[in-house]
Amino acid sequence: MNTTATLSPRRFRPGFWTAVFVVLFLAFCTVTVIRFTKGLGAVTNLSDQFPWGLWIGFDLLCGVGLAAGAFTLTAVVHLFNLKRFEPIVRPTILTGFLGYAFVIVALLLDLGQPWRIWHAIVYWNPHSVMFEVAWCVMLYTTVLAIEFSPVVLERFGFHAPARLIHRLITPLVILGVLLSTLHQSSLGSLYLIVPSKLHPLWYSPMMPLHFYISAIGAGIGMVILESYLSKRAFHRHLEMDLLEPLARGMVVALGIYGLMRLQGIARNHAFASILDFGYEGQMFLLEFTLGVILPVALMSFHRLRSHPDWLVGGAFLAVLGFVMNRLNVSITGMEAASGTRYLPSGMEIIVSVGLVATGMAVFAFAVRTFSIFPEGPVTGSRRPEEGG
Amino acid sequence: MLQATIPGMPPGMVEGAEVLMGMGLLFDATRCIGCGACSSACKEQNKLPGEVEEVLTAYTWTTVQEKEGINVRRLCMHCEVPTCVSVCPVAALTKTPEGPVVYDAERCMGCRYCMMACPFEIPKYQWDRPVPVIGKCILCAGRLKEGRPTACAEACPTGATLFGKKEDLIWEARTRIRQKPGAYVDHIYGLTEAGGTSVMMISNVPFEKMGLKTNLPAEPPAMRTWQVLSNIPDFVGVWGVLLYGVHWITARREDVAKGGSDGHGPDHGRRGRS
Repeated sequence: MNTTATLSPRRFRPGFWTAVFVVLFLAFCTVTVIRFTKGLGAVTNLSDQFPWGLWIGFDLLCGVGLAAGAFTLTAVVHLFNLKRFEPIVRPTILTGFLGYAFVIVALLLDLGQPWRIWHAIVYWNPHSVMFEVAWCVMLYTTVLAIEFSPVVLERFGFHAPARLIHRLITPLVILGVLLSTLHQSSLGSLYLIVPSKLHPLWYSPMMPLHFYISAIGAGIGMVILESYLSKRAFHRHLEMDLLEPLARGMVVALGIYGLMRLQGIARNHAFASILDFGYEGQMFLLEFTLGVILPVALMSFHRLRSHPDWLVGGAFLAVLGFVMNRLNVSITGMEAASGTRYLPSGMEIIVSVGLVATGMAVFAFAVRTFSIFPEGPVTGSRRPEEGG
Repeated sequence: MLQATIPGMPPGMVEGAEVLMGMGLLFDATRCIGCGACSSACKEQNKLPGEVEEVLTAYTWTTVQEKEGINVRRLCMHCEVPTCVSVCPVAALTKTPEGPVVYDAERCMGCRYCMMACPFEIPKYQWDRPVPVIGKCILCAGRLKEGRPTACAEACPTGATLFGKKEDLIWEARTRIRQKPGAYVDHIYGLTEAGGTSVMMISNVPFEKMGLKTNLPAEPPAMRTWQVLSNIPDFVGVWGVLLYGVHWITARREDVAKGGSDGHGPDHGRRGRS
């Protein structure tokens, strides 16, 4: 571990993970070039029957949802005044900001004419959920950037503007929570418009609330996972005294969400389609058992929550269940009505994986350059690309 | 029976819809011989490249399909409360008072929410182009403005596609159904589907067998999102005050715990991360 004696601090040594990242990034760039010269049809399996695929289901819905830890934790620390969680706020805000950056890049690839993205600012349609999501994502990404900026400003010695942002932190956090509440739920509202298309196992008038509460649960799960990956990559300790109570919050959020989902299915009289054990029923069972019942059951035990391996396992299940839910809403649940099957193409997957890898690489760079963790910039790590 | 205003329509979504009933098409499947004159006329009128395809595409805005031994036209239904108009984030789609749902390709940024949301699955996309736009029937909005019928109705040799005022078309459809009992399914497709449409169809074959969606609620889908969106201003106010209240209480509690209670405590606003 103490091999850094001959290295200067923050010295970066490329290794296996760097190579993986470079390959993924080059593949991502290649797909981007094809997409913008040959059109979306050349790189995706999307069609007139199935116009939204992996880039919406995973990149947009999961990217935004899994960044929900940022607004949750800033609210816990700055509004509920639980200051002991302060040490994990910075990495969470960074993860959140990278999550939103990830979403925006993915959107630029998915939009037919991304150079017109500013149209959403100029041409208003207040009847459109997408319009509201566009504004909230834009504003909240700005809020996250401002919340994170003191870290960068301090690094370069600009203490006056950093102090100013510290003083404005309460209104900033309130704005962030407001915007997050609006667009996290609105991602569910996006699907309110398709009552005749989305399968009754997922469609519900309460989808906005489902999306909001599950994002809080999975956002917390993501904070725990991110702490674990940082521990692995940068040889940090796991802040068990903070993560254990966070897992309790996760259980509460997931529990409420699980009950609401069951209520929605009862309302739609859709329990029969689970017992049918058809395609949708199986996917639902997988999602709900692995992603809701299991993590709630496991994390209800104090003994398991307090054990790092179990805690990380529970958080992983919550995040996995969240991703499965969003993919089921956006893909599985829409397939029957569309009359076709959709599986993402290799190039669609390359874009999503390449973007996740880039996010992790930027995270690793940031923790090495700035004081993200309480102990300051990370030095002399041997596994650079594993954080995030 | 006829209502000039659609109950439950999100306010301000369709300009002038409160006073005008608009124009429309009536398609009578029993009279269609499947000659395809409508599709060809549409291609010519809208300068669409390529041959007429069997299904709707960005380049085929209307087509005639044979289902269960009967010919059925597929085209945009031109909803009274169009789902596509409600979901478009840049208002590239609009419903004109004359009836057509028109599309402004200059505004569209290609998010494809209209395709995802349309209950009739009408808007199609130019998947093969690096600078793509949406393609769908616009009910010859330009011709309508000049007082002329749509190109498809003008080309139809049998009168299977009728152009006219929507109220006249409904009257005509009802007359045909009433005069020949048993010759038609007793329903005008488009009268109530998704809140009603400017294009309507009658047939002697059940509509679901013609490949048409019959599970569409009479309430326009746009209402479902509007019920949520219209509450946002109230929500922002209440939630914002509530959040500040939580902060105020917890910070005040800390002040008191520190023993620094001097009766006014908004000092907490200045505490940042250290």
